[in-house]
Parts: sequence; structure tokens; C-alpha cells
Amino acid sequence: MESIKKRTPARFKQMSIPYLFTLPWIIGFLAFTLGPLIFSLIISFYEWPVVGEKTFIGLANYKEMFTNDPLFWESLGVTMKFAVLFVPLNIIIALLLAMLLNKNVKGSGFFRTAFYLPSVISGVALAMIWSWVFDGEYGILNYVLSVFGIEGPKWLINTTWAPVAMVIASLWGQGSMMLIFLAGLKNIPKDMYEASAIDGAGKWKQFTRITLPMLSPTILFNLITTIIAAFQQLTLALVMTGGGPLNSTYFYAMYMYENAFKYSKMGYSSANAWFMFAIVLSLTLIVFKSSSAWVYYEGEMKQGKK
Amino acid sequence: MKKIFIYVVLIFFSLLFLAPFFWMITTAVKSPEELYVFPPKWIPSVFHWDNFITAWESQPFNVFLKNSLIVTGLSLAGQLISSSLVAYGFARFRFKGKDVLFMILLASMMIPWEVTMIPQYMEFNYLGWINTLKPLIIPAWFGSAFFIFLLRQFIMGIPVELEEAARIDGANPIQIFIRLIVPLMTPALILVGVFHFLSSWNDYLGPLIFLNDQSKYTLTLGLSQFRGMFGVDMVSIMAVTFLICLPPLALFFFAQRYIVGGIATTGIKG
Repeated sequence: MESIKKRTPARFKQMSIPYLFTLPWIIGFLAFTLGPLIFSLIISFYEWPVVGEKTFIGLANYKEMFTNDPLFWESLGVTMKFAVLFVPLNIIIALLLAMLLNKNVKGSGFFRTAFYLPSVISGVALAMIWSWVFDGEYGILNYVLSVFGIEGPKWLINTTWAPVAMVIASLWGQGSMMLIFLAGLKNIPKDMYEASAIDGAGKWKQFTRITLPMLSPTILFNLITTIIAAFQQLTLALVMTGGGPLNSTYFYAMYMYENAFKYSKMGYSSANAWFMFAIVLSLTLIVFKSSSAWVYYEGEMKQGKK
Repeated sequence: MKKIFIYVVLIFFSLLFLAPFFWMITTAVKSPEELYVFPPKWIPSVFHWDNFITAWESQPFNVFLKNSLIVTGLSLAGQLISSSLVAYGFARFRFKGKDVLFMILLASMMIPWEVTMIPQYMEFNYLGWINTLKPLIIPAWFGSAFFIFLLRQFIMGIPVELEEAARIDGANPIQIFIRLIVPLMTPALILVGVFHFLSSWNDYLGPLIFLNDQSKYTLTLGLSQFRGMFGVDMVSIMAVTFLICLPPLALFFFAQRYIVGGIATTGIKG
């Protein structure tokens, strides 16, 4: 302790202090992220049951996946369909709600709370609530529909509507995205709208010429996080439908989960995981690449023409 | 006129978002006979408050609650301590390899959990942690990239002069951190605490994968077992669901301004 006064140990101590602060994360990263990441890649080239012989089989897991596993394609299709519905709807609804809340309405605190509340609980509780709302005979949703003269389907046991039910239940948790949009909207300078109103721009023109461009970085962020979330969707299906009926809600994440923990094919499931990583990564990159065409950053806007 | 239209839309949507909650709560206090009537009753004719006790006691929910409290409490403590230490390290020191490490930290947020899920399971299995609460607690003691990033941003906003003054007065880095930085970053710590509490309390996949023995189950896992065992006992399911939702809801109401403000400031722009 007294060594502070001596020159060399003191120096060493000085230099090691920052590392002491950051050490927890460095160890954790090596132990729980980088290590597993490398290990995951290695075992994807093996036939690796939880107990028993581990055999190096090269690319066979990947080959099996693409050529000889209908469940792979089926679950991939289910996930893609889910993403195609969920991603745009989620963004549009969150943006719409944020724009309405941005209108200086009375009781905006109440509305904001109402829209955000479901995000607080999420997971199993959310799945439980919705499985009761969707109940084909006694569920409240079909009752509400019947009031309008619509005969609701038996949501969770119908192959067409079960995936739609998953989308609806997921949309319920859009709260944090709405808040992020709201923050983005509040950052748009009011005088831009005033100036354009003087120039005679209508509401629609203001929306497409000011709101959307100014908000585009936020849209980009939300788009990427939603795509990732869509591909990781698992809990809802696991609790509400178990993947059924007839695999119509058998998400890719579920396929991966079952390969690993139900059939203990760790090597094969790791190959599944890396393929999913590749898909999500390429989608993210495509979105990023395309973003230069539609994302405007304030810096550019100010320099460029109005 | 246009204002009215906005209110109509807002009220319509808030009904859509709140109705399922309402339906959950009223189902929880129904009698079994009123559960299966059509048209469904929004409000039961008699409120069966004892449903909560019956449902809670139908399975060892006291044990599940204890496990959930242990997991959430201990991982929360670890998360707050480690993430803030690491964040301070990244925010205020210059050292070799810092930029590279920080880039790795940011990049690590993009690795999907699924990719590391299986080797992590095998790692914990090797360590003998499967079927214990350790996998749900110990990793939090190493900090998480997202929280470290969030806290670092916050610390960067604190004027350096304060620390320099303390250093001249002879305080060492740990003292500076505890006496000066921690009090100043309390709002950010509350936000991290709330986020971590919510994700740990609501976690389902972690417990599902790492725990087998019912005596180790957390509340979410206990709740999901309910379904298979009791088939359609929706009254009990909704009663327990409601009870499990209470702590997050309470937390949300207390910490609302931090959550809303916090997401607003972390709502990465550009």
C-alpha cells in the first residue's frame, strides 16, 4: 500500500489501473462471448451429441441442412413470412403512435403509458395473455369481432391465422420503438415546418419532405433492430403454439432450439445458428448499404440545398 | 375538428393496448362458470379475490418467487457494479488498446445470442452450473456491452474538472469513482437497473435452457409449466400472470420518467 511513494511500482500501478477497471468486461467477453463464438464455429463442423462420440464431419452439417432437411426450409419460410409482416407493421404503427403523441395532445402521459405498458412485461406473461385473448370460443378478440359481424377464426389452431396471431401479439410490444421515434420527432426543429408552411407546403408534403428525411436515421436504427428481433422470435411460439398447428408457427429459432435441446444435435444446431447469423448479417448489411440512398444526416441537410 | 380526430385515434389505440390487460385482470377474479360464457363477461358478477391464493398455492410458486428474487437481485447487483466500473474505465482513462477494445465492445452487441447459446450451455455444463442459478447470475457480474456503452456516454458528459480537483486533494481513482462518479451517474444507474430488472425478471429462455429441476424454477418458467399441467385453467393462469406482472408494472410506474427519458436519450441518432 505504501509503495505509492516509490517510483517504479507506482508507475506500474498507474498504468494498470485502467485495465483493472475494464478487466471484468474483458474476462466476461472472453469467457461468455468470444470463447463460445469460436467454439460454436468449431462444433458446427462436428457431429457433436451432448454425450457420446464427437466426429469431425467437415461441411456435412451445412450440406444436410440445405439438401436433406425439409424442416430447415419450412422454419426458414415461417420466419421470413413473419418478418415480412412484422417488420413494416411494427415500424408503421410505432411511427404513427409517436406522431400522434407529438401533436401536443392533452393526457399524452396517459397515452404514452398505455402504449408502452406491454413492453414492460413481455415474454411468457404476454404469451399467456394473448393465448387467452385469441381463444377460439371464449376469447375476447372473437367476441369483439362478432360485435362487428365478423366471425373470427380459431386463431391458434388455424394454419393461416396462427402466424398472424404471432404478429399481432408481437406488435403489442412495440413501446420502446415508439419512444425512440418520439425522441427523434422532438429533435426536428419546429421552424422547418413553419418555413415550409409559409412556402405553401401541405401536411403530406411536410411529412414526406421534412419528417421522413429528418427521421430516417432513427428509422434505420429501428429497422435493423426489428429485423434482428423478428429472426430471434421464439418465446411466443414456444408458449402459445409449440410451433403448430402443422408447423405454421415453427420459427427458425425454434428449429434451432429443438435441434440443440430436444434432439441434442449440438453440432447441427450450431450450423443452424451460423446460418441464421449469416442471414441477419447480410440483411443488416443490405439495409446499411441501401441506407445511403434514403438516410439523411442533419450535417448533410444543413450544407445541402433545402 | 382535426384535434378530435387525433383523440379518437389515440383513444382507439390505447383501448387496443390496454384491453388485453383488463381482460387478464378480470379473468383472474372470475368464477370458473363465468369463464366459459358467451358473450364473454368483461366484468365478473362476483369478484373472487381468493383465486389469487388458490392459483399461487396450486404450484410451489413461493419457491419460484424466491428463485426469481435471488436471480434478479444478485445479477442486478453485479450488473450495476461491473458495468459502471468498466464504463468509467472506458470513459476516463487512456490506455493501450482502448480504442480496439471499445470497438470490440460495440461489435459484441451485434452477435446474436443464438450463436453463443449452445457453447455457453456446454460451458456451463462443463463447469457444473446446469440446474443451478449460476448461469443466470454470474455472467451479469462481468457487465453487459449495452449498459457499459450507455453508462460510458453518460460519464463522458460529466465535467473532468471535478475529478481533477479531487485528485489534487489526494483521492485515488477508486475513491473518486465511489464518492464522485457514482452519485453523479445515479439517474443513468437507475435506468440500467430498471432495464436489467425487467430483462432478468421476464427472462424465459435462460431459465428454460439452464434449469431442469422444479425446485430451481423461476416464476416465468413456473408459469409456463402451468399451461401443460392444468390445460385450460385460465382463471389460475391469469391470476398468476397478473401477480408476476406486478413487480415490473410497479417498477415502471415509479421509474417512468427515467425509462421514458432514458430511451429517448439512448435512441441512437445518426
